[in-house]
Amino acid sequence: MLKKMRRRYLALKIDSNETFSSRELIGTVWDAILKLYGEYGASRTGLALIDYDAEKKFAILRTAHTTVDMVRAALASITKIGDKPVAVHVLKVSGTIRALYKKIKQ
Amino acid sequence: MKRTYADLHLRPDLRNNEQVTHMIRKASQLGYRLIAIPIPQNFPEEKIQKLQNICKENKVDFASRADLKPKTSKELIKNLRNLRRRFEITAVMCESKKVARQAAKDRRVDLLNFPSYNPQKIFFDKAEAELASNALASLEINIKPLLTLAGRARIRLLSCLRREVTIAESFHIPIVISSEASNELLMRKPREIAALTSLFDLDKSSALEAVSKNPMTIIKRNREKLSPKFVAPGIRLIRRRKDC
Repeated sequence: MLKKMRRRYLALKIDSNETFSSRELIGTVWDAILKLYGEYGASRTGLALIDYDAEKKFAILRTAHTTVDMVRAALASITKIGDKPVAVHVLKVSGTIRALYKKIKQ
Repeated sequence: MKRTYADLHLRPDLRNNEQVTHMIRKASQLGYRLIAIPIPQNFPEEKIQKLQNICKENKVDFASRADLKPKTSKELIKNLRNLRRRFEITAVMCESKKVARQAAKDRRVDLLNFPSYNPQKIFFDKAEAELASNALASLEINIKPLLTLAGRARIRLLSCLRREVTIAESFHIPIVISSEASNELLMRKPREIAALTSLFDLDKSSALEAVSKNPMTIIKRNREKLSPKFVAPGIRLIRRRKDC
């Protein structure tokens, strides 16, 4: 029987003076994962952008629970989106979106 | 138990007060409770006091650090004699084999730093590790080159770091991971740094110790030594009487 995929949701803070589109953000995250772990590693992450607020510079990413540290390392390795300098920090990690919002509000 | 995180290598431009303040505030926001900044030898005392005040305002502990870059082992010994008692941490950038060997066996050296991205200057081998394991030195790995290099240069760097970490672990040499951040955008949270170290095969618990327990141990040991009550390892002055 196919095992149910356990997921993790990561709340991100984008540290920059510039604003970016969601396409630019997720493109940069994919590029970082590809550079560090290759296509095989990237295929294991099941990465998806769930929510993004360009004004508040806040995003939520979804990934498989086995690849949280891979995604964390890839996010830490991001120094630019396009040509603009940036740092991406993980605020919280949770198993459900609802719990993630609760943790952030605390 | 909650970990206390430390970054022993922040490199703000000390002439730019605004940047210094921003970086210290950022370190506090990212969860660090102790930071160390390399101080030039002729840096005025009142400016060091000012740095300490900024750290205090941001609830971060400040440690002074001397970065030594000697060309010969004699120069290293001379520098250590002059500076050891003025700074809480001494780090040596080993750019030649003789300097590396001297730094590894000298008990006054806290951190050994190697230019890992230059394959011709890899001096951290088994002999070096054996000397360091008998002294008190730790291996310092800076994260900045990992973030700034790309392509083949980063591949070479990761390969060198993997080799250094394997040797350090086999000789039980403590590893300290620092950011070497020269601006706010190069600063990362301790857990992010720990995740990055998985790229050179440092396991998670060792990585977290490298940003918490290991740097804190160095600071605690050196502060005790620099205290006026210190007599010798294990002996300290409890109280002074009139006839003493």
